[in-house]
Amino acid sequence: MSVLKIENLSIQFGGLKAVDQVNIDIQRGELVGLIGPNGAGKTTIFNMLTGVYVPTDGHIFLKGEKITGKKPNEIVMLGSSRTFQNIRLFKNMTVLDNIKIAYHNHMTYHYFDTIFKTSKYSKEEQEANAYAQSLLKVFDLDKFASEKAKNLPYGAQRKLEIARALATKPEILLLDEPAAGMNPTETEGLMATIKKVKKDFDISVLLIEHDMKLVMGICERIYVVDYGKVIATGSPNEIKRNPDVIKAYLGE
Amino acid sequence: MKSLKQILNTINTYVKKFFAIMKKPLSMVIFVVSIFIILLILIESNAFSRYFTTLIILILVMIVMSTSLNIATGFLGQLHLGHAAFMGIGAYTASLIALALEDSITNPLLLFILSTIVAMIVAGIASLLVGTPALRLRGDYLGIMTLGFGEIVKTMITNLKDITNGAQGLYGIPRIMDFPIAYWTTVLVVLVIYLFMNSRHGRAIISIKEDEIASESVGINITKYKLLGFVLASMFAAVGGAMFAFRIGFLAPVNFNFLKSVEIFVIVILGGMGSLSGSIVASIVLVSLPEILRSLEDYRFLLYSTLLIVMMLFRPQGLLGHKE
Repeated sequence: MSVLKIENLSIQFGGLKAVDQVNIDIQRGELVGLIGPNGAGKTTIFNMLTGVYVPTDGHIFLKGEKITGKKPNEIVMLGSSRTFQNIRLFKNMTVLDNIKIAYHNHMTYHYFDTIFKTSKYSKEEQEANAYAQSLLKVFDLDKFASEKAKNLPYGAQRKLEIARALATKPEILLLDEPAAGMNPTETEGLMATIKKVKKDFDISVLLIEHDMKLVMGICERIYVVDYGKVIATGSPNEIKRNPDVIKAYLGE
Repeated sequence: MKSLKQILNTINTYVKKFFAIMKKPLSMVIFVVSIFIILLILIESNAFSRYFTTLIILILVMIVMSTSLNIATGFLGQLHLGHAAFMGIGAYTASLIALALEDSITNPLLLFILSTIVAMIVAGIASLLVGTPALRLRGDYLGIMTLGFGEIVKTMITNLKDITNGAQGLYGIPRIMDFPIAYWTTVLVVLVIYLFMNSRHGRAIISIKEDEIASESVGINITKYKLLGFVLASMFAAVGGAMFAFRIGFLAPVNFNFLKSVEIFVIVILGGMGSLSGSIVASIVLVSLPEILRSLEDYRFLLYSTLLIVMMLFRPQGLLGHKE
């Protein structure tokens, strides 16, 4: 069953067709890469998937449900979650609170419960704390739990962002250049983390990345976009040998 | 200079210790009740003059105003420059209700509660109407819009002569606000804000200040929570307005002008954005200072701005920072 299906997706900014008739299909449990030269339209595709931009043409289906035109927070609630190219954490909040905010929609207590501190409030808050702690443990971040997010080392901030995205309990995780600004050792750690996340949480992953070592190393399937169009798709080995891809990256 | 630093450091350690003790609910209750008893004894035994009692209640009003503005400015992170307008809406609504019901309800507490609840609802609806379009704007633009709204409210109060008695002011309002009612109302407001900010709803509001886009991308309905923070702030501002009206017994549009909004805003900044205890301390200091330095009159705005500059340079996180 396909978790994410994109049909003839297009968006036009004035006279510029940034994304043109893109079709992408991601199956349950797949790890898919989206690559392309700078300005190819990768992040624009991401922004349409997450509801930031409304496509001018085409449809997006999440688990069979049409999400085109829905707001970002509604799409998150349907089971798709993302990270950002330039890390966007809640910097002045604790690491634990960062996770708990993402857990917001899985708590049900109402305003009334907060003011009277009902048993429902305490129960759900305790649950949220326990859940956040266990999630942090998976990423080896539990030692930072009461630290402010901005005080974390860069690699840990990247991991925290992925952890936060997972706290919404998504079925597909969209990672926008997770390895940006990382050194080779950190990137290797990240590759292990992504694989682990995919396996432990049983989710699909779509990632944009420029680091070819990472993409070729962990992706099962790759889509290559250039000038807003998908120019190739296939396994890493097929992509490496595809003449169109080589042309897009290196010129003729 | 060195000794000043030492003094500041000592104060700092004591503040830290104080908050460590206050973490326990029981010690907080004891603290709040004992302050109440001490002040009540001083007032009842006539050790404090009537003027001084009014000053204490004005401080309490300012605590309500600054902690409520802290929701919109400190926690939600929006530049809100029309808080006094909602105070005005609350004050006038509560007064008009009280004037109408004065003869049928003799219990002052009941009269206060009833009229305040109506005032809160009216202010809430007003803020919903303003907030819906206004919160689409960001930063300075929202500031200008709320500022404009404040002026509109003031002008409306001045011109609705049949209802509000215009620029001459509304008088004869029952003076039912004594110290115990004011004190416990304030405690209740601060407590509700504190509890609210420590819930999932409060966290959602704080996350919007931290990063709107990230907040949206983890499933927070930012439109809803922005509006909620704004409406909540305005509803509590109405409580402050009602307290003010029932103490002074006289309302004029100038009480709720732009300068009042700025005064509240300054207190929030001085106390620290997102720090309720800071707002309380700053309210006490900034309401009593002009009374102590009575001869300075309008120069107190000079004092405010100087204080602000000094604070921004030496303690940008506010008086008490984020120790609470």
